[in-house]
Amino acid sequence: MNIVVNGEDISIENTSTVADLLKKLDQDSKKVVVELNETIVSKSDYSEIKISDGDSFEIIQFVPGG
Amino acid sequence: MIKVNEKKHPFENGITLFQLREKFKPDADIVVYNGFPVADDLSLRDGDQVCFIRRGEIPDAEEMKQLIISRHSPKVHEKIQNKCVGIAGAGGLGSSLAIALARLSVGKLVIADFDVVEPSNLNRQQYFIDQIGLFKVDALKANLGKINPFLDVDPINRKLDESNLGATFKECDVIAECFDNPESKSIIVEFVLSKFNKPIVAVSGIAGFENAHELKCRNLMKNLYVIGDGLTAAAPGMGLMAPKVGIAAHMQANKILELLLKM
Repeated sequence: MNIVVNGEDISIENTSTVADLLKKLDQDSKKVVVELNETIVSKSDYSEIKISDGDSFEIIQFVPGG
Repeated sequence: MIKVNEKKHPFENGITLFQLREKFKPDADIVVYNGFPVADDLSLRDGDQVCFIRRGEIPDAEEMKQLIISRHSPKVHEKIQNKCVGIAGAGGLGSSLAIALARLSVGKLVIADFDVVEPSNLNRQQYFIDQIGLFKVDALKANLGKINPFLDVDPINRKLDESNLGATFKECDVIAECFDNPESKSIIVEFVLSKFNKPIVAVSGIAGFENAHELKCRNLMKNLYVIGDGLTAAAPGMGLMAPKVGIAAHMQANKILELLLKM
């Protein structure tokens, strides 16, 4: 399956949900904001929302400091 | 019509700046012409704004207000004086950002934090030794009042979470994310982008002292601006220091100004 993450085309296998994708990308789900096809995905839906071929994600991971 | 110390007066054709000073405040040694200090005489034009200030003199409250306004860039002050900015967190980012926005005379600031001032804050946060133990929001309101007492500052002593973010910032035109920990950054950004149709200016990647030029403001999603390098995390051996935190806070202030002027 081919998707776009932060403007880059990537190919993924065995990844069905947003939560799976975050794990695969080594992103901590508590520290990210995820946009799927220009709609914000709320954290409580990460395990529910299925990824489809051609989906476009923006994923921002925040780091400490302020 | 011309404005002298923010009061309107009929324009006299042919009058010069120094002739006007002679008339209004002959002992003024600072002359601000259309928001900019000038040393030389010049011919005035209809619509000009002029301010005469006596160095070191503390004017009464009404004149003080006018003199603070005098240095605001024309057409900027008029637009931001009725705007409201929400500041989530009053630490290194929030305290410096609030000061910059107060100096700009943004009309209202809603500042939320639950913490008290403690000695380890003083390396980068805009508080003083005699404020240790005070709630940050109260200490910051006091400090802002010493810079610009004509603003509406709403200090909210509260730990922010999904249950109260909406009520806390509903009247704000723009929200600034000024938290320290990434989980809180993530929560407020997700909340604002999904529940409000208003911009949020967040920060990520400002630790240490190296590569300050890598601090950028990026528009990463609709209504989301993130300042920082996106990578340099605060961690043992990679502390937070006044210079880079201050740069980021002022980049936040500048982006917020730009957003307010576009509204």
